[in-house]
Amino acid sequence: MTYVSEGRIASGCSVGAFIDRSGRAISGDVVVELMASMRDRATDLGAGYAGYGIYPDLKDFYALHIMYDSPTAQVRTEEMLRSRFAIKRDEVMPTRQVDSIHAAPLLRRYFVRPSHLALAESRLDEEDEFVRRTVMQINAGLEGAFVFSSGKNMGVFKGVGYPEEIAEFFRIGEYDAYCWIAHGRFPTNTPGWWGGAHPFSVLNWSIVHNGEISSYGINRRYLEMMGYRCTLMTDTEVMAYLVDLLVRRHGLPAYLACKVLAPPFWDEIDRMDEPDRQVYESLRIVYGSASVNGPFSIVCGYGRGMFGLNDRIKLRPMIAAEKGDMVYIASEESAIRAIEANPQRVWNPRGGEPVIAQLYEDVAV
Amino acid sequence: MKRYEMPPSFRLKIDRDLCVACKRCTDECGFGVLSYDHEAGRIKAEHARCVACHRCMVYCPQSAITVEADTHAYQQSAAWPVHLREQVYRQAATGGILLTAMGNAMQYESIFDRLVLDACQVTNPSIDPLREPMELRTYLGSRPDSLEFEQEGGYRLKTEVPPQIRLETPVLFSAMSLGALSLPVHKSLATAARTAGTFLNTGEGGLHEDLYPYAENIIVQVASGRFGVFDKYLRAAAAIEIKIGQGAKPGIGGHLPGEKVGDEVAATRMIPAGTDALSPAPHHDIYSIEDLRQLVFALKESVEYSKPISVKIAAVHNIAAIACGVARAGADIIQIDGFRGSTGAAPTIIRDHVGIPIEIAIAVVDQRLREEGLRNRVSLVAGGSIRSSADLAKAIALGADACAIGTAALIALGCRVCMKCYTGNCSWGITSQRPELYGRIDPHEGAERLVNLLRGWSLELKEILGACGVNSIESLRGSRMRLRGIGLDAQTLEILGVSAAGASC
Ligand code: SF4
Ligand code: SF4
Repeated sequence: MTYVSEGRIASGCSVGAFIDRSGRAISGDVVVELMASMRDRATDLGAGYAGYGIYPDLKDFYALHIMYDSPTAQVRTEEMLRSRFAIKRDEVMPTRQVDSIHAAPLLRRYFVRPSHLALAESRLDEEDEFVRRTVMQINAGLEGAFVFSSGKNMGVFKGVGYPEEIAEFFRIGEYDAYCWIAHGRFPTNTPGWWGGAHPFSVLNWSIVHNGEISSYGINRRYLEMMGYRCTLMTDTEVMAYLVDLLVRRHGLPAYLACKVLAPPFWDEIDRMDEPDRQVYESLRIVYGSASVNGPFSIVCGYGRGMFGLNDRIKLRPMIAAEKGDMVYIASEESAIRAIEANPQRVWNPRGGEPVIAQLYEDVAV
Repeated sequence: MKRYEMPPSFRLKIDRDLCVACKRCTDECGFGVLSYDHEAGRIKAEHARCVACHRCMVYCPQSAITVEADTHAYQQSAAWPVHLREQVYRQAATGGILLTAMGNAMQYESIFDRLVLDACQVTNPSIDPLREPMELRTYLGSRPDSLEFEQEGGYRLKTEVPPQIRLETPVLFSAMSLGALSLPVHKSLATAARTAGTFLNTGEGGLHEDLYPYAENIIVQVASGRFGVFDKYLRAAAAIEIKIGQGAKPGIGGHLPGEKVGDEVAATRMIPAGTDALSPAPHHDIYSIEDLRQLVFALKESVEYSKPISVKIAAVHNIAAIACGVARAGADIIQIDGFRGSTGAAPTIIRDHVGIPIEIAIAVVDQRLREEGLRNRVSLVAGGSIRSSADLAKAIALGADACAIGTAALIALGCRVCMKCYTGNCSWGITSQRPELYGRIDPHEGAERLVNLLRGWSLELKEILGACGVNSIESLRGSRMRLRGIGLDAQTLEILGVSAAGASC
């Protein structure tokens, strides 16, 4: 099993997500049903889920989901984890035997907190940044180990197989989340690697993506200049890092970050009134290398909410719907209707126009 | 007296049956090749003076003239190519430095010609520029790494973004001075720059009074000779450029022979007419990067930080480190001129043997600036042998923000690259200060041709972007994955940051 793919993998896919803005937890069975109806957009080559709110009892700990391709990789990684973290709980990931799924890596999860000493020695005053760097170091430097989930009170479950099979394997139905994000994959060549499936995730961020980034070359070089190392060679990795950079590190509001990824055309900007014109002109001047070109639809979870976004000329499908506290996003309307027969509103968001849905302000999770 | 001269390089064939002896060609030739032989009653040619500029051929109403290469034979020797033997003859006769013009004429292989571009199919679609918007707009200037906003009603920008210049297409006109060029050519360039939404660069010869109305589309240069530099000049311009070096003659100063310094040129440069305008090799106040910084900030101060300051440097071996220094010195734009960059006059030996290709220079500078976290601080302009929209696209994919064109613009005005600009005899009136010659350039017509060229290249660039599946130029910029090398050695590929053809993404 290789943990760094030889070449970059392009893919088409299905995406599906929903959130209950009141914070009510919804069983993973529902998101599995959503994805099952889009089976012909997926293949047996990769699927995954991200659930928010799934570890309420351990919500103050970073939940590290790690895959290993050998016991040696596990030993070496755990040595590193012990030197940096106080480990609250350490367990084998609960899974179920599924006939069609083979060659699963060793899967473990750890609930951790940075140790005071390691944090002080790192000279990083921010725990998130400390965790992010550690994750990057493991993924880039520790052969045979891959951290695929590292947020708090959330978790990513993914692997090589159809969405329903992966769900069964990871026992997704046993988790309850206020926000679910899911993906079924249709790659153009065989990755055969579990870490390459979606969602891609760092800290509380998770991202599922349908599309191929035609601006990959410059997006990647831009991220490298900003201190990221793209080890997976997947387009989605680039998307995830861009969101991390724009929102977490640069503090852009999610809406403006979307406008960096899929900027308005100059024609539109020229027609805007001040100070909007200045806002969008400067975003394009400063963040041109972070704009993502080529067909895409993405859904991105960020802890308290999610947003969906299309490329600016909408080259991939993405439908949104609303009913009560619920907001849905999926590649196909039929998938939404499979779990909500009577949505109050169904719409087809314009290219580059984000759909942002988050917990109501007074909801604590 | 022994005779050492070489046989002529070109020979004029005049078809006597077609020629009606109208004498038009005798006027057209700026080099005095053709005259009317009253005794014989026909046109005669002094072949040795011909530079193959084609003016006579193009303007002969009877199409009676053909300019041919003189096919005289030399004994073959790979060790002594003919041009080297001829250089020795000429130098033995004069004892001086041999002068020439235009760009490097040696047969170094073009790297552009060994790079190919990408196109999309199926997995990511190509985009049709006839049906979808395709954006070429480009800004040059220094950028902060991030932006801050505050929300009050809508979003408000809190960060101050340094001044930028805006190009509607990522091409500007290279620095070419009045003096090297004739005034009508400067007017053509200025008008075209305004129409196409781009910029003319004055070069080191100052800005003629007639061109002040175009100042919004003009970048003014401050070179080591400081010709024509004064308060109003700096204030009028859209941006100011400090010229450190030039691709055709890295390390040496400008040279405008006195014959080309007529009244207009003299007034604009603020020097007496008829004197040689020689700018020193280095700026006499710049002997280090700290000195450059002082000049950069002196200029910024003089215009109250209202416009970007560009620094033009020639591509030489250590260009990456030099460019980083220039970025740290406060430049907002770095313009790099490759070793094929042209000139109005330069020693042949320097033009042909000093410097490195622009493809390499852009690649290493863009990469080093990224490694040092400086890439946002400066915009990069590449010049020196941008010959087509393909070169333009490749230079941008290697990392340039925009490209500057000089020779291509002159060719659009009729230039035949005869390399005799320094003589002041340009038959096309482009680089001549003789009124009967420069009068041949009509600024309106010239501007139209230049605008056509820019439009043609821009349309082609849009096709290239569409084929690459992107709809704005910033998605190609620095995206070296869209390039593949054919027949380039491994080290060159590595330096370029480009994979060989056949390598997957
Ligand atoms: S120099 Fe030009 S115009 Fe004169 S004869 Fe030669 S080709 Fe004709
Ligand atoms: S500008 Fe005139 S003199 Fe110079 S190379 Fe072109 S045609 Fe020859």
